[in-house]
Amino acid sequence: MIARILATARIEANIARRNRWVLIAVLLMVVFSLVLSAAGSAPTGALGADRLSVVVASLTSLSVYLVPLVALLMSFDAIAGEVERGTLPLLLTYPVARWEVLAGKLLAHVAILIVALVAGYGSAALIAILNDTEAVAGLGALWRLTWTSVLLGATFLGIGYAVSALSRRASGAAGLAIGVWLGLVVLYDLGLLAAVVADDGGFFTTQVFPAALLANPADAFRLFNLSAAEASAAASGVAGAAGAIPQWQSLCSVVSWPFLALALAALTFRKVDA
Amino acid sequence: MTSTLTISRLTKRFGGVHALTDVSLTVAPGERVALLGHNGAGKSTLMKIILGLISPDGGEISVCGATPGDAEARERVAYLPENAAFHYALTGLEQITFYMRLRGVDPKGARDLLGRVGLGDAATRRIGTYSKGMRQRVGLAQALIGHPRLLVLDEPTSGLDPVSRRDFYELLDGLAAEGAAILLSSHALTEVEARTDRLLILSGGRMVAGGSLSDLRSEAALPVALHVTAINGYASELMEAFPNAIQTKEGLHLTCAQDDKLATLARISEMRGKVADLEVIPPSLEDIYSHFSRRDGQ
Repeated sequence: MIARILATARIEANIARRNRWVLIAVLLMVVFSLVLSAAGSAPTGALGADRLSVVVASLTSLSVYLVPLVALLMSFDAIAGEVERGTLPLLLTYPVARWEVLAGKLLAHVAILIVALVAGYGSAALIAILNDTEAVAGLGALWRLTWTSVLLGATFLGIGYAVSALSRRASGAAGLAIGVWLGLVVLYDLGLLAAVVADDGGFFTTQVFPAALLANPADAFRLFNLSAAEASAAASGVAGAAGAIPQWQSLCSVVSWPFLALALAALTFRKVDA
Repeated sequence: MTSTLTISRLTKRFGGVHALTDVSLTVAPGERVALLGHNGAGKSTLMKIILGLISPDGGEISVCGATPGDAEARERVAYLPENAAFHYALTGLEQITFYMRLRGVDPKGARDLLGRVGLGDAATRRIGTYSKGMRQRVGLAQALIGHPRLLVLDEPTSGLDPVSRRDFYELLDGLAAEGAAILLSSHALTEVEARTDRLLILSGGRMVAGGSLSDLRSEAALPVALHVTAINGYASELMEAFPNAIQTKEGLHLTCAQDDKLATLARISEMRGKVADLEVIPPSLEDIYSHFSRRDGQ
């Protein structure tokens, strides 16, 4: 079992390396992290927080958009591509279970994501610490951001596999993946904000809104990191408005979403005919 | 000897279309069986059911004593799909190494295996740069991994040149000698007849004929054609003797049933002085194949 998962992970890593996905993911994370840490380095003194904590707060807002995007880009082809190339029937005649195929792909893609995250966050942190040695106080926040980013990435990898299995064509899967990204990461928040404004502090704002934030993996990720950080003053509107949500609730959401998404991926993959 | 593959009364429908109706067959260890039929005759459907990729609507099937698609069955069955496809970004060596690992075979032998199918020099090139014939060889190489008990080969020689085809059938002979059962599909009877032990003809989802070539030949009972060339001037006399014959520019063309062949020849030899030459043309392989595959109103 382990050998088959590892074999699949190795071949997927080879494919991702050849297709330049590794390079693209690392470059995206490094460039955006550096830009943000440079832009966010001015207002530290006013907040009374160390430089790295502020960088982490900026990186959190960045990662909410970028990590799901990178994860979806890596995963949309995973099953639809096999169906379209005609490689799936042969693979399924091998003594390998479908969940083992998924686990192998996941392992490779998570590993690539970790490399990209460490490169991106690491370079931002390095610059912060070089400029201000007191910034090491923010290393805890950086560590929290890193592992939650991996979980967020795994969630969107799972969603990407499910999208890929559902559409069965790589082009359709790509479109659907972009739609999912727009919906969950961008439009979801806009919709909630609009509803909160319209509701003006009524039932929706007090009851539905916190639950809706926890239900979305990207919002739960942002909530958890910002409520844990002391720099929550830098929080965006959504997180600021939901400051009352206990941290354990957002932690639960962040931890359980990867399992939900991967279960969804496994279920949809089972429905794909060879 | 117990059969490696046993199928009885298999039925499969896709919506209202009867893809397979009442198909029964067995393949014994060491036996090479060719499955013939037109496009759409049900060859690929039958193969996918044997591999466990789709499930039948009725009938029974046993692969190496297991149900198709079971882990046990998949460990013992190898498959070569029609137009074998692989990821273009991988090298042949990487692809074969992967398949060996999935089968729990030491991937050290990957290069040797590629050498066996004539891809030794191209092993470290990307599959995207391979020709169709080379991709087909990668497909063949993966089907040889781990001594399978049953090989299911869908149009294995498509895209191969004549020399590669001969090499391919030599590989099959070796596998069959080691006790592997082989089921391969083809359009062309001429190609498989000399290299397989038994032929099965599928038409419109039904098994319309099965057996060795001589079995099929006698079952079809197709007429024998005789071509008689007359000595100058005697053509009309010959025509009188054989009123059913058709006169052509070169001579007379007549047909007779297998059983009448010797009697007809005797009659021709009686007219020895008027006949310049005689040619006996038995029904061709393609004639026999067409006879069976058309019988079901295709």
